[in-house]
Amino acid sequence: MAEYSLSNRKVLVSNKEMTFKERLYLPAILTGMGVTLNHFFKKKVTYIYGEDKREFSPVYRGLHVLKRDEEGRENCTACGLCAVACPAEAITMVAAERLPGEEHLYREEKYAATYEINMLRCIFCGMCESACPKQAVYLTDRLVDVDITRQDFIYGKDKLVEKVDERIDITNRQHY
Amino acid sequence: MGIGALLIEKTILVTIIFAITLAIAAYSTYGERKVAAFMQDRIGPNRAGPYGIMQPMADGLKMLMKEDFVPEQANKFLFHIAPGLSMLTALMVSAVIPWGKSIIINGREIALQATDINIGILYILSVVSLGVYGVMIGGWASNNKFALMGALRASSQMISYELPMGLSLIALLMVTGTMSFNEIVSQQNGWNGMQWNIIYQPIGFVIFLICAFAEANRTPFDLPECEAELVGGYHTEYSSMKLGFFLFSEYTHMFVSSAIISTLYFGGYNFPGINSLYEILPHNVVALMGVGALMIKTLFFIFLFMWVRWTIPRFRYDQLMNLGWKRLVPLAIVNIILTAGIVLLVNK
Repeated sequence: MAEYSLSNRKVLVSNKEMTFKERLYLPAILTGMGVTLNHFFKKKVTYIYGEDKREFSPVYRGLHVLKRDEEGRENCTACGLCAVACPAEAITMVAAERLPGEEHLYREEKYAATYEINMLRCIFCGMCESACPKQAVYLTDRLVDVDITRQDFIYGKDKLVEKVDERIDITNRQHY
Repeated sequence: MGIGALLIEKTILVTIIFAITLAIAAYSTYGERKVAAFMQDRIGPNRAGPYGIMQPMADGLKMLMKEDFVPEQANKFLFHIAPGLSMLTALMVSAVIPWGKSIIINGREIALQATDINIGILYILSVVSLGVYGVMIGGWASNNKFALMGALRASSQMISYELPMGLSLIALLMVTGTMSFNEIVSQQNGWNGMQWNIIYQPIGFVIFLICAFAEANRTPFDLPECEAELVGGYHTEYSSMKLGFFLFSEYTHMFVSSAIISTLYFGGYNFPGINSLYEILPHNVVALMGVGALMIKTLFFIFLFMWVRWTIPRFRYDQLMNLGWKRLVPLAIVNIILTAGIVLLVNK
């Protein structure tokens, strides 16, 4: 019983009389002020969201991207499997038929006319990514931007589909 | 040249002092948040302007836009005047502080002090004791038990700590032999601007500093507004700019207290080497450097107020009363006796 302790951090409480130095309080206060002053000049641990980016692991799941193929055509065929797989019900889409002359825009006969992900609902689990049969939707190492209204967090195709001339690299995630 | 010139001169001076006091009080709120953040390894406000320096404006605007709520059962008249009263007494103190040695414009000597009354210290003590009225009336008029508790705590605390404060000033008076702020500062000009009163009155300084913390309701003596027990203390029922005035008066009080501490114990506008500088540089330049020196000392004490606040927890109420009546009052009396003995020995 006497020396048994699970945490090894046990401290005996004592009600001993305080010494004169302790009763003055001022030395203890000065020591404390030394501690806070020390922290005052320490490097701050804060990462400013949206400006700084902390180091991510290669499998980090951040903002989604809708991929295009090598010829710049959208991969998504609006099958809706991602929306079904989504546990947070964050994804909605409207399908449309590809018209003659649009073959350079969409890879298959059906495509998503609108494709919206609500970033406030999304839990970034990556189920959409694994559900997708066309390798169209992936999660990336990017962060969702800061915004003011809830409406601004519903990302449409304008924010989700990658640009033809600036592709988003997702190869890192494929190795894990 | 006559009463008219004097009136214009004083009006300009008072306006400048008023503006500077308000500006420093406003930026103390920003400083407080930054100091708090830095001591907790955080960054603090940084959204409004570069490094967040527009934060006080944003806060002020927010305060003004809020709904101004008055409780149904409150005493309307007293409820409305209390924040103003609180602000008024905090600002009144700055009237007797000499901000610098006189400057000379067109051969006319202008004292950088709103008024040099020969009982400056008495004036300070009386105005500081008026400060309790804003808090007390505000708490009582709210008709809210938490506010009343806060007001009771505030008034008993302020009255208790005025006693050792006054006693520590008596010891200072024995050394200086005058109550005029201007003369107290001039006396500290010896040894090329280094003969500060802190050398003669170290114990008195510590007592005065502790009492200044209590008078400004700052941690560790911030029981009147302790959030954990009293919701908000005496300003529980206040909202909008009335609340802003209460909070603002605390920072004004802090600035003025810091200025008084610097003036009484740390040489006021004197800085090391001031007399040698008067011989090589123009009079006005050195005088303005003195104003700068006083400002630096004042800002250091404002920082000290914040530093202490973010270091130590607040006292329990009985500990506060014990400290005031059983420690500080006897210590102040011992200090008076010691000072009297030494003054007697030296003058013999």
